[in-house]
Parts: sequence; structure tokens; C-alpha cells
Amino acid sequence: MRYESPRNSRDAVALMASERGDAYLLAGGTDLLVRMRGEFIDPDLVVDIKRIPGIQDIRRMTSGFSIGAGASCAALGRNKALVRAWPGVVEAAQLIGSDQIQGRCTIAGNMCNASPAADSMPALIAARAKAVIVGSGGRRRIAVDKIVTGPGKTSLEKGDIVVEIVLPIPPPKSADAYQRFIPRSEMDIAVCSAGVSLTLGPRNVVKQARVVLGAVAPTAVLVPNAARAIVGTRLDEDAMMKLAAACEKACAPIDDKRGTVEFRTEVAGVLARRVAAIAYDRARRKR
Amino acid sequence: MKGIAVSTTVNGDAVDFVCEGRETLLDVLRNRLGLIGAKEGCGTGDCGACSVILDGELICSCLALGAEAEGREVETVEGMADGNKLHPLQKRFLEKAALQCGICTPGFLIAAKALLDSNENPNESEIRFALAGNLCRCTGYDKIVRAVSAAAGDLRRQKKARLKRRATK
Repeated sequence: MRYESPRNSRDAVALMASERGDAYLLAGGTDLLVRMRGEFIDPDLVVDIKRIPGIQDIRRMTSGFSIGAGASCAALGRNKALVRAWPGVVEAAQLIGSDQIQGRCTIAGNMCNASPAADSMPALIAARAKAVIVGSGGRRRIAVDKIVTGPGKTSLEKGDIVVEIVLPIPPPKSADAYQRFIPRSEMDIAVCSAGVSLTLGPRNVVKQARVVLGAVAPTAVLVPNAARAIVGTRLDEDAMMKLAAACEKACAPIDDKRGTVEFRTEVAGVLARRVAAIAYDRARRKR
Repeated sequence: MKGIAVSTTVNGDAVDFVCEGRETLLDVLRNRLGLIGAKEGCGTGDCGACSVILDGELICSCLALGAEAEGREVETVEGMADGNKLHPLQKRFLEKAALQCGICTPGFLIAAKALLDSNENPNESEIRFALAGNLCRCTGYDKIVRAVSAAAGDLRRQKKARLKRRATK
């Protein structure tokens, strides 16, 4: 196995695109190394992206936040401006693994690993995050929900590298939240999860919302009907019931030892309600 | 197979080694540098026995490649004591019997050090969450939590005494 650590993204793309054997990108390595050591994969080439200048940075620009593909989830939690703007994205990222894993794992890696239960995905989709991709054809920006196409599958092509995740600056009176269900207090894989991002208008009425569920379908699912159920309301009981019902309807989960279809479906509705309430409360306290 | 030449810093000392591409940092530490404090428990990032600090960040060395250490700083359990003088964490682990078989201990010590480096007065819940990535099958964790709490107190007192000495100089 060759190990390369290119100093710019163009070289990284060239290495990935020209490799005839199996080539993998290394960001945090918390999935890649496990798969290598478990002999699920046998790479001929591993390209470590962390030496690309700026790739571990988190920057606040006028257009939004740029989170480098090599920035660890621990670093996200330490960035106060990001925590203030997107508390739900950060709390989702910080649910991934122990402190040891947090020190290495990245949200770009969490996305590219394409697990249906990836914690950061519902929150990123709810936040309208975009991925900046560098490939043989140049640089492009794609909404994160267009990247994961199924369990372990992405729309990325050979040589494509996600170099940044970009989050918009949230409008005034906006907030997000994320929760998952696991059978213990931490360090487990989501049985089901929900991310909600919303913006309040006059008199704290919900003006805009995005509701996303995780681990209840082959990919995280945006549920426009759930958002519709709460827009124009102050999350009264009737709106909350409609929100939960819309979420239950959007579920197409698997049955496994961690959760039955019925359980995942019901809990998806419950979590969506709780998460919407948290996001609402956070938004109300914002200017 | 051509080896990769790596120059890094381990516990403050400049270190050079040659490793293979797929060799983990844990294997490099143990097999090439003779630093056998970090242990392989699971090899999948679940048990924390291989914990080290890389550029100030607590990580599982079984999930990092040795080649990634180029130009970086690695801290292992071997660097905790000052010669024969044990680190307060090591002292308190002994005193409070926070270990039995000892396999997990280097990982717990490093994880606890990473916690105390960023939080000098953690409460019990913070200690338990910070050490959730380290598994121990002997102690039931209570003694470990108490040892970390006591060591945090020692470090705070040492710091206070240091500041006082500086002020009276």
C-alpha cells in the first residue's frame, strides 16, 4: 500500500484519478482504518488530505461557514461562532464516538462513509449545507443530500474529493437541533434520529423549517410535509401531532436487532417533536 | 516495499523511523520505538487502550497511520512521569487502586491527562464522559473516576503554589 500526503488538492485529485488499483482518501481515518484492519478493504493507495493547506480550518466568511474536510469534530465543538450559529450541526457532530474518535473524525468523512445512520447528515441537510468538491473537471458545490445515494454509496466520481462543507449564515431568529435514539447514554449508532432547522417570524411564528430523519431509510430523508406541518404555527399540540405523523409516514426503516420497523417509525415522530421544540426554543432566544 | 521515512517528536524527543504505509501509529510506537505503554485492545477504536495525544488531540493510535506522525508531536504514557517522579495521575491511580490487571491503565492515564489539560476542575459527570472511550473490565470505573478527581485537585494545588511562589519572588 502506498501512502501519499499531497500538499494541494489538485495533486490529491491527480493521485486518486490516476490510481489503477483501489484508492481511498484518508481524513480522520476512524472509518477507513477500521475497514482496512478488518480486511473489508485492501487499498493500493491511501491519500491523506490533511497536509493540504487550510483543510483542517473552520472559517467564518460573509457568505457562511467553511468547514475544511480535515477539521475534526472536536474542533467544531471548540469553535464558538459555529456553535452559536449552528448548535444542531455541532451537537450532531459531537455525538460521533468517544473523545478519542472526536479528535480525528470529520463531518466530510461521516458524509462520504454514507451510513444511513450517520449522525451529522440530518443536521447538515436541515442546515442546507453544501459540499465543495474538487475533481478532474474542476471545482463544484453540491447540496449534501445529493451526495449520499444509498448505504455506502455516493454520487462522487473517481478522483472527486470533498474539500469543504459550507454552511450558510443563518437568518435572524433561526436555530437548529439534533437528537438520536440509542439504547445507552452515548457511543452507539443511531437507531433513529432527527434534525430540525427553523426560522421564526413575527410573534415567534415558524416562518421556515426543514425536518430531516436519519437511520429510517437508505439515506437521511428530508420530510417537506413535516416542515409544512409546523410552518405558520407556534408548535402547538395540533402542529406537533401533524409533524410526528408526517415523519412516521416518511419512514422506510430496516428491521434489525437494534430496532424494529414499528419502533423506529414511532420514535422518529417522537424525536422530531422533541428536536423541533429544542430548535424553536433556541430560535426564540436569538435576535 | 519501500519504507516511508518519518521525522516526528515523541514525548518531546526528536524521533526518526521508517515504516510501511499501512502500519499504524500504535504498531510504530510499540514495534519500532519500543514504547509499549499504549496497548492494542480492540484495534477498532472502541477500547481506548492505545490512546495517545497527537498535536494536543486525544486519539486512538490504532486508528492513525505511523506515516501521519511526520512533523507532529506525539505524547504517550511514557512521557508522563518526570524521571522517577510520577505524574499526580499515576500516583493517585496507585493510591486509589484504580487498576487491577493494568492493560487499560496507560490509555486511561493519557485520556485523563487530555481531560485535565483542558479542564482543571472537572466534575464526576465530565470525568465519566471524557473517559467513556476507555474500557476497563476490572475496576468498575469508580476508583478511576476518584483517582482522576483527586489528581485534578493535586494539579490545582501545585499550580496555586507555583503562582504564589512567583508572586513572592
